[in-house]
Amino acid sequence: MADVVMDRPLPLDPPLVEGNPTYSQITDDVAGIVERKPPREWYAAISVTGLLTLALGISIAWLLYKGVGIWGNNQPVAWAWPITDFVFWIGIGHAGTLISAILYLFRQRWRTSINRAAEAMTIFAVMTAGLFPLFHTGRPWRAYWLFPIPNLDLSLWQNFRSPLMWDVFAVSTYATVSILFWYVGMIPDLGTLRDRAAGLRQKIYGFFALGWRGSAWHWNHYEKAYLILAGLSTPLVLSVHSIVSLDFAVSIVPGWHTTIFPPYFVAGAIFSGFAMVITLMVLARKAYRLEHLITINHLENMNKILLATGSIVGYSYAVEFFTAAFSGNPYEQFVFMNRVVGPYAWAVWTMFFCNVFAPQLFWFRKVRRSIPAMFVVSIIVNVGMWFERFNIIVTSLHRDYLPSSWGMFTPTVFDFLTFFGSLGFFLTMFLLFLRFLPAIALSEVKAVIPAPQPEKEGE
Amino acid sequence: MAQKKLYGAVAEFPSPAALLEAARRMREHGYTRMDACTPFPVHGLDQVLGIPHSPLGYIAFLGGAAGFVAAILLQWWTGAVDYPLIIGAKPLFAFEPSIPIIFELTVLFSAFATVGGMLTLNRLPRLHHPLFELDAFRRVTNDRFFLAVEAEDPKFRSDETKALLESLGAKGAALVEEEG
Repeated sequence: MADVVMDRPLPLDPPLVEGNPTYSQITDDVAGIVERKPPREWYAAISVTGLLTLALGISIAWLLYKGVGIWGNNQPVAWAWPITDFVFWIGIGHAGTLISAILYLFRQRWRTSINRAAEAMTIFAVMTAGLFPLFHTGRPWRAYWLFPIPNLDLSLWQNFRSPLMWDVFAVSTYATVSILFWYVGMIPDLGTLRDRAAGLRQKIYGFFALGWRGSAWHWNHYEKAYLILAGLSTPLVLSVHSIVSLDFAVSIVPGWHTTIFPPYFVAGAIFSGFAMVITLMVLARKAYRLEHLITINHLENMNKILLATGSIVGYSYAVEFFTAAFSGNPYEQFVFMNRVVGPYAWAVWTMFFCNVFAPQLFWFRKVRRSIPAMFVVSIIVNVGMWFERFNIIVTSLHRDYLPSSWGMFTPTVFDFLTFFGSLGFFLTMFLLFLRFLPAIALSEVKAVIPAPQPEKEGE
Repeated sequence: MAQKKLYGAVAEFPSPAALLEAARRMREHGYTRMDACTPFPVHGLDQVLGIPHSPLGYIAFLGGAAGFVAAILLQWWTGAVDYPLIIGAKPLFAFEPSIPIIFELTVLFSAFATVGGMLTLNRLPRLHHPLFELDAFRRVTNDRFFLAVEAEDPKFRSDETKALLESLGAKGAALVEEEG
């Protein structure tokens, strides 16, 4: 019986769900989102994001026709925006896995209202991220060369001693496991949608619900599978951005060749991901009137994580500068001086302001619980984290060992179109998710609310 | 049309506590072949219904071990045997640079084994189940808790079992048939 008691909130905890809803009210609230016509805001939003996605499609089509030269990438800054955007989007994904896996293992029951949407965000962010290295290779129709598939036109093997290959495995594993985790978590809720639908909808949701009937024998294996997937995803999410950071740290470029990169990248990834979760949740809970399920307490908890990870990121910036000064390496010292006073100093100071100073406002409870304040801060952090990757890539590459090969990077209109187009693609996917899939994990929320009182049972 | 045969007796309960109590009482009456269907996992049911501990952990471990071995063989065979190519004066195969891919494939294979194992152990996906014949059963994924006693239970006597379920606080009980 001990575990039954553990599953119920302690009397002193703030309620996880407000208004004491019954099981069927929760089902109606969440399933209703996909059954009713979406609110007007949804149509307005998807017309804008759809247009941006179109811009992405056009710029990619032009890129395929013309070549990567339509972007501003050139020597010495060959990685430039595409890789900046890649690292930015991969980082966004991390919050979803942190919420769904790590907070699950820590028994943080408040995660149940937000984990489904955050996991969806992870998957769409990783999909968006994948576009950039794919098209940055210049010949995306040869992308299968990245995987160890025996083929006649290559007749050699990949170099597994290269961090870029590690990255291919890390990101594709992360995408696959995230999708499995998300889908397994969604099976019971797809069953809910199936049981409420009729006709074709019932068949489609029924197909994906796999014949789920909530049998206790099934829940037994299901819960075990969920626990194992959470256990697997936890080290996985820490490994992904660590391996992405090795793309940089294993090289000898000053400003990249540093051992703090893996933990620094992981903290930054979680930081940026939570900022994106807050941005999206603030809008979604308002548009769909889910304030009683995604409460101000959920948002405050996320703001606390934003404050903690933002402070780790600030500390990492300081360590980088200290290491450069302490190393006695003139190239390393030059790169860091060049960052704060060089031609890209405006980008570095933007980054410091957005990532280090802005989240410090969350020391104040009033700010943590203010919707407008957290929305603004989350946007600032999103911008700041993009600039962090811009600084790491562009300022390190534009002036390295040889002054004769120094140069400046200028983005083209296609750099902008691709980036804002990718933002549109990501948001479009998220809007489609809200429209067609259960945005809140019904079976998990029902398990953490108090059971109905005996006298109410006859209703 | 195939001949119909009895699947069992099913009763509907309004709360997890009522279901748990009824399952316990049925167990005391000597019923052993029971199933409970609920909108979310109800803890304590597994002891009452006699559901054994899930062996999924071993399956996940085996999957992970397979991924671990596969990653070593892949990197060693392609890099040191099939196409030895010296790059940056590095050894053709060494464990240190192989760790990231070993880790990733361990996780990947283990995740597939977990999901595949869960579906296999649960006999899912399946196209139909006799319980879906019951209209009330549509609320099993919403807010109703069902207890089923299978006809194969040695103590099963259709009307007697149904009456017993009704006496345990069920909102309704029914006999369900399946295509034989």
